[in-house]
Amino acid sequence: MLALREIEKSYPLAGGSLPVLKGIDLNIAQGEMVAIMGSSGSGKSTLLNVLGLLDGFDSGGYDLDGVDMAGLSEKQAARYRSQFLGFVFQSFNLISFKTALENVALPLFYQKVPRRERQKRAMEMLGKMGMDDRSDHLPSELSGGQKQRVAIARALITSPRVILADEPTGALDSTTSTEVMQVLREVNASGITVIIVTHEADIAEQCDRTIRLHDGVIIEDGKSGEVVEPTARGARSQD
Amino acid sequence: MMGLDRDRLVELVQVVVRNPLRAFLSALGVGWGLFMIIITVGAARGLENGVKADMGSDVSNSMFAWTMSTSMPYKGYQRGRYVEMDIDDVHWIQANTQHLDLVCPEVQLGGYRGTNNVTRGKQSGAFDVHGAIAEYPQVKPMNITEGRFLNEGDLAGERKVCVIGSRVKDILFEMGEEPLGETVQIQGVIFRVVGVYTPKGNDEDAQNEAESIYIPFSTFAKAFNTRGRVGWLSMLIKDGVDAEEAEEATKQLIKARLSIHPDDPRAIGAWSMAEEFQKAELLFSGMRLISLLFGSLALLAGVIGITNIMLISIKERTKELGIRRSLGATPVRILQQIIGETLFLTLLAGLCGLVLGVGLLEAVDGYLESGGDAGVFRHPEIDFGTILTVLCILLGMSIFAGVLPAMRALAIKPVEALRSEG
Ligand SMILES: Nc1ncnc2c1ncn2[C@@H]1O[C@H](COP(=O)(O)OP(=O)(O)OP(=O)(O)O)[C@@H](O)[C@H]1O
Ligand SMILES: [Mg+2]
Repeated sequence: MLALREIEKSYPLAGGSLPVLKGIDLNIAQGEMVAIMGSSGSGKSTLLNVLGLLDGFDSGGYDLDGVDMAGLSEKQAARYRSQFLGFVFQSFNLISFKTALENVALPLFYQKVPRRERQKRAMEMLGKMGMDDRSDHLPSELSGGQKQRVAIARALITSPRVILADEPTGALDSTTSTEVMQVLREVNASGITVIIVTHEADIAEQCDRTIRLHDGVIIEDGKSGEVVEPTARGARSQD
Repeated sequence: MMGLDRDRLVELVQVVVRNPLRAFLSALGVGWGLFMIIITVGAARGLENGVKADMGSDVSNSMFAWTMSTSMPYKGYQRGRYVEMDIDDVHWIQANTQHLDLVCPEVQLGGYRGTNNVTRGKQSGAFDVHGAIAEYPQVKPMNITEGRFLNEGDLAGERKVCVIGSRVKDILFEMGEEPLGETVQIQGVIFRVVGVYTPKGNDEDAQNEAESIYIPFSTFAKAFNTRGRVGWLSMLIKDGVDAEEAEEATKQLIKARLSIHPDDPRAIGAWSMAEEFQKAELLFSGMRLISLLFGSLALLAGVIGITNIMLISIKERTKELGIRRSLGATPVRILQQIIGETLFLTLLAGLCGLVLGVGLLEAVDGYLESGGDAGVFRHPEIDFGTILTVLCILLGMSIFAGVLPAMRALAIKPVEALRSEG
């Protein structure tokens, strides 16, 4: 589904450049649930943004569903984002002046789905998230967990193949985090690939596979239980 | 998909509602600009209508010529000779002109008023007395309110008949008295009244006209012993003939007839309505252009204001635009959205200005119609074509106003937009 080969990326800096991804090789199959871990500044978000076509890369190759993503125009990138990808962010990124329903329906608007159908599907999706009674609430009228449910509903509305979540539980308490992870697991169970960037070992543990980044390279990659234990310790010793 | 479906409209309204004060302030400039255009164009039109209404009593292809003294010697004549035209000269000009439809000789008694020259019983007054021919009203239109104007029979028979202005009637006759068939004495000669007229227009000229009396040219020559001397000519230029050309050719014709040096700049005076009309027309189209120009500048200032507001708005909403792009909005959709917002704001504002401007014009018009006085100002209006033009200009400007903010918005990469605060 997703294949990265020798991806390198650096940010331009005053008087030089800062390499952030230093040759990432990564294959993620359809239906996997993957956690990306690593210390702060190790390049997790950058990697996720590259995967999400929100950001480019300097060299290497990226195949999404067998199609080369190198040198994609912004318009084509938008198409792939719209068809294949759904995003969930730590800070929810709901549009503040739109209701829950309007937020969820927005991706369909960009897919040129007729209004009536947009409304219907958005309502259904909110229902699946147990949020149908909050459809006309503004984000400011929702709790953190509720906002993240709306955000996940919005990410799922276009039936994407991949959900990319950057610290989706980072702003939530542990109970709510558990609930959100529950939802994401259900999403994954329906066949959608889920990639979660997280700091928290117990979040990673709920995924099938964990990748550990350090300073722009993948230092560990394996089944969640096996990777998390030593790296969690490693992270603590580094902090 | 560029159509305005409901969600697009909702989005647009949300933008305005989210920051009503800002929307109002940015709209103010454009609204004001459009208001100014409507008002100035309408006012210019009002002035034009007023002036044209005053000129309306004059026939647009009329021309007048008169003789003065020569300023160059010619064919044995000294300079300074006072030239005169008589009725034979008029007939000759009529026969030889290629530019004129009608040549009316005219002669006037007294010239400057002062002494009472017309009496009826105990009533008397000082009036202009003209000798004219039957065709005269073609050059100088008048409303015959009673009886008729002079006719060919009057001229051929050298009849002692007269047509009097309404003021003359008021002065010489009692209220309710029937003037037709009655007689008046003009410098001792008795004339029978055959018609009463009121002049067209209501300017000072018309005021004088109302105090004039017309008698047959032939009778005039005989009764007042002027031997066919002509005071001046009132003429009609042929259709399609340039006024300036007709004026010059006619002057040359008169000069040739009266042995005046062809280059003499003074001997013959002439004045043509068409040239006045042309000058006025030029003035008015100039005025229209200037008011459109200044209005457009005001509009441009307003549109620049909107561009500014949109730039600020884009900056504040960078995050929102980033979110939209993460949700699959293509650059074109973002462009559409921003230009749509700009258009919505501008057109909304423009429409307000338009409605207010047209409303004000209508109000002023209503006031004038109901008898309000505004001098030469009359029926201010703006035609639909001008409104359409202005709206097109506005549309073009607002698209232009939206492009810069949209470009600015698209220059930011999605990932940067998402990272920004807000
Ligand atoms: N736009 C940018 N310009 C310059 N440097 C950047 C930019 N974005 C990220 N970086 C740098 O790249 C490195 C990796 O950043 P990234 O956000 O990927 O880290 P992360 O692993 O997600 O960290 P965290 O756990 O704190 O979110 C950091 O050193 C960061 O300072
Ligand atoms: Mg990060």
